[in-house]
Amino acid sequence: MSLALLETQGLSVTFGGLKALNGLDLQLHQGELIGLIGPNGAGKTTAFNAITGRVRPTKGRVLFQGQEITAWRPYRTARIGIARTFQNIRLYDDLTVLENVMVASHCSIRYSFVEAIVGLGRFRSDEQKIREKAEQLLRLMGLIHAAGEKASSLPYGGQQKLEMARALALEPKLLLLDEPVAGMNPMETREFGELLRRIHLDLRLTILLIEHDMRFVMGVCQKIKVIDHGAPIAWGNPEEIQKNPKVIAAYLGDNG
Amino acid sequence: MNYEALVQHLMFGVTLGCLYGLVAIGYTMVYGVLRLINFAHGDLLMVSAYIAFFGIAMFHLPWPVSFAGSVVLTGLLGILIDRGAYKPLRTSPRISALITAIGLSFLLENLALVIIGGRPKSFPMPSPFDGVFVARGIHVPYLSLWVIGITGVLLVIVLLIVHRTRVGMAMRALSRDVETVRLMGVDADRVISFTFVLGSALAAAGGMMWCMKYPALEPFMGVIPGLKAFVAAVLGGIGNVAGAALGGLLLGLAEILIVAIKPEWSGYRDAIAFGVLIAILLTRPTGILGEELPE
Amino acid sequence: MSVEASPYRAHVVRDRVLSAASLGVLLLFLWYADSHFSPYSIRILNVTAIFIILAVSYNLINGVTGQFSLEPNAFLALGAYTSAILTLTPAEKARTFIIEPMIWPLSDIAVSFPVSLVAAGLVTAFMAFLMAIPVFRVRGDYLAIVTLGLGEVIQVLANNLVPVTNGSLGLKGLHPYTNLWWAWGTCIFTVICIVRLVNSSYGRAMKAVREDETAAEAMGINAFWTKTLAFTLSGFFEGLAGGLLAHLITTISPSLFTFFFTFNLLIIIVVGGLGSTTGSVIAAVLFSLGGEWLRAVEEPFTIFGYTYSGVPGMRMVIFSVILILVMLFARQGLMGRNEFTWQGFFEWTRGLAAKIRRQE
Repeated sequence: MSLALLETQGLSVTFGGLKALNGLDLQLHQGELIGLIGPNGAGKTTAFNAITGRVRPTKGRVLFQGQEITAWRPYRTARIGIARTFQNIRLYDDLTVLENVMVASHCSIRYSFVEAIVGLGRFRSDEQKIREKAEQLLRLMGLIHAAGEKASSLPYGGQQKLEMARALALEPKLLLLDEPVAGMNPMETREFGELLRRIHLDLRLTILLIEHDMRFVMGVCQKIKVIDHGAPIAWGNPEEIQKNPKVIAAYLGDNG
Repeated sequence: MNYEALVQHLMFGVTLGCLYGLVAIGYTMVYGVLRLINFAHGDLLMVSAYIAFFGIAMFHLPWPVSFAGSVVLTGLLGILIDRGAYKPLRTSPRISALITAIGLSFLLENLALVIIGGRPKSFPMPSPFDGVFVARGIHVPYLSLWVIGITGVLLVIVLLIVHRTRVGMAMRALSRDVETVRLMGVDADRVISFTFVLGSALAAAGGMMWCMKYPALEPFMGVIPGLKAFVAAVLGGIGNVAGAALGGLLLGLAEILIVAIKPEWSGYRDAIAFGVLIAILLTRPTGILGEELPE
Repeated sequence: MSVEASPYRAHVVRDRVLSAASLGVLLLFLWYADSHFSPYSIRILNVTAIFIILAVSYNLINGVTGQFSLEPNAFLALGAYTSAILTLTPAEKARTFIIEPMIWPLSDIAVSFPVSLVAAGLVTAFMAFLMAIPVFRVRGDYLAIVTLGLGEVIQVLANNLVPVTNGSLGLKGLHPYTNLWWAWGTCIFTVICIVRLVNSSYGRAMKAVREDETAAEAMGINAFWTKTLAFTLSGFFEGLAGGLLAHLITTISPSLFTFFFTFNLLIIIVVGGLGSTTGSVIAAVLFSLGGEWLRAVEEPFTIFGYTYSGVPGMRMVIFSVILILVMLFARQGLMGRNEFTWQGFFEWTRGLAAKIRRQE
């Protein structure tokens, strides 16, 4: 039995009496691509926030490679190898596309700010490396032509890809994607699905994905966790989930 | 220090604390709804005092008319400031609004300097505020009783507004989440305007009483009380009205008592608030009554 | 892989040569000014250099890192006092401190001007670091109020710590060490340091914190340390500027370092374009030269037979209105967040030439 890459035990978050997340148990193993779905307000994004330390869990634990990382500050969870994207895209709007990706390499630099000012030591070689890595990722995402543009000038789909490139520049072990295809047309969605599968296989990346587009989730994810009103209600492969009466009820309730 | 002296100092401390509290409430309410340190708030103290001064000294109005006029006009100035300078920047980065706030504060101070001049004017004390009575060896100025009484009444009114009325509920909701307020069907801009009126009116009341206590009227008189009132608001828990009053009271008491116990420190009196601010930020940044404000 | 001519790496050599040449021209100009200009003009040039140092370092925390701070007058005072206390000789100190003698060991210390400058920078940087801990650990928007308060407290301390500062009498008879070479040398040093820092990964981290702190932390950036670094470095350079200022005007007292200083600098960085080092430099130059001219509105003059008697405070009214209007209607200022590059400069001149040709 291999050690889980990410494990949450009874993870719960309460906001002023409201249970945003209630007892989430999740196990992700190296190389898995798992979907986390649920109706609006089910607590999916809260789960991401609790895992990455953006909100402090009221109960429960988060383990990463067996190490307890509960309530670590976001920059620490990022450094240990958890990268994420945001539901309502959060780029550094006024920075260039290239700089956006380069920012994520900040924790890998080995030069001090004094070396940066003097321009000696590892400064030049590190900068070179960071830039090449960023350019490579932009090429992978098909954004290299826009490297010098401001991030805010990209179209919506481009911004989503840029967020993904930025997250990958962290060289994470685990990638959390928050509604990566929201707002994309079916064509773009299909392309993104291809891209995701390639990244998953090529980089041997473990991915946890929140998405509303059911067809997309069923298409790319190996296993799916469903939560509703903050609490987990189902777990299984796509076929099982589609047939699960609890899941159907939750989604019907959401629509009705 | 004997018993009489202690009571005497306590009373002065409470009086000063009430004044800080009145100004702090305005800071805390505006910060609560907009997350903006309204640097111009302290200067409203000065504006209100000048209005009341000119009402009495120049237009020979009876003091209650002049005072009421000052409260109304300062309240209107509050709305004007918000509509003219802050509202266009609601969706801009926060630093833009802060810079504008500093600009406004400077504009008010220097306009006063240009129009009225820098020579301190002495504020005419209306007779009901003038005088002292002595009880058991303790000197009680009428003004102190007025300050404590008026602050108490105003605090109760503001608390009732914030906790019992629809607009107050909207104010509190606005400090948590703009979306909810929209769902409640409330016009956020009107709530913000109301917050500015209320806060500015309280500053006006504070400003006139400040000027009777320290009767030198000059364009920069609002700076230090404003700074300290903000510290009081942070001490009580920013965003919390009762906390602002409590913070003001504690800060006023601390200043008076520290100097009473160690008279040789009186030169450092204005630094006490700063020490308090650093101490709260290090130990309990949410303040005494405050809770964590969401992002 | 990416050996192909990437647009970012073109013209590296050309740009270096051009930069070195411009620096040479500046030095030649200073050398000429040093021997030919009037003392008044030289003084203005020195003030300009000090303002550039202040604006560029103030912009680092306010513009690049996006943390609203009001520290310059406090840090300027700290740097000025530190440096002045260190350069006065024991004999001069004994003569100056007439109310209370200066405390030992300060009374016996005297160091050279450059050493005192470095000390001024370090002391101020340390103070900045101490302020950063309570503020940035919790909520950055208290920085403004903490630094505003610090400015007041420094004045209180300067007035009351008589055995260290000589109280309200201030320190008189400092040696006028600050000449064009010290002022502009420090200025060039500061600008180069800050430009290099902003163009490194540390600078990108600062900008990321400004743009979106949450997203910056999600990318492994420790926002607390990033802000602290920016603020501490600002403090260091502002301390240097304080030392230069003290030895330029040769008399310092607590009332010199009021909030007016900070307000002027705020206008400079806003007009230049918040976040643009180039803009800060340009606006600082305009301000130091134009500020002299604006002084006129506070002095009496006659225009069209109407005698204007000069109004104190008028300059500040104009400045505050400018600040508010720029914030409301032209937030990008002169430069936006753009920086000077030789490539951009050539494109700009080419565009300008084309425009002129079209008009002919």
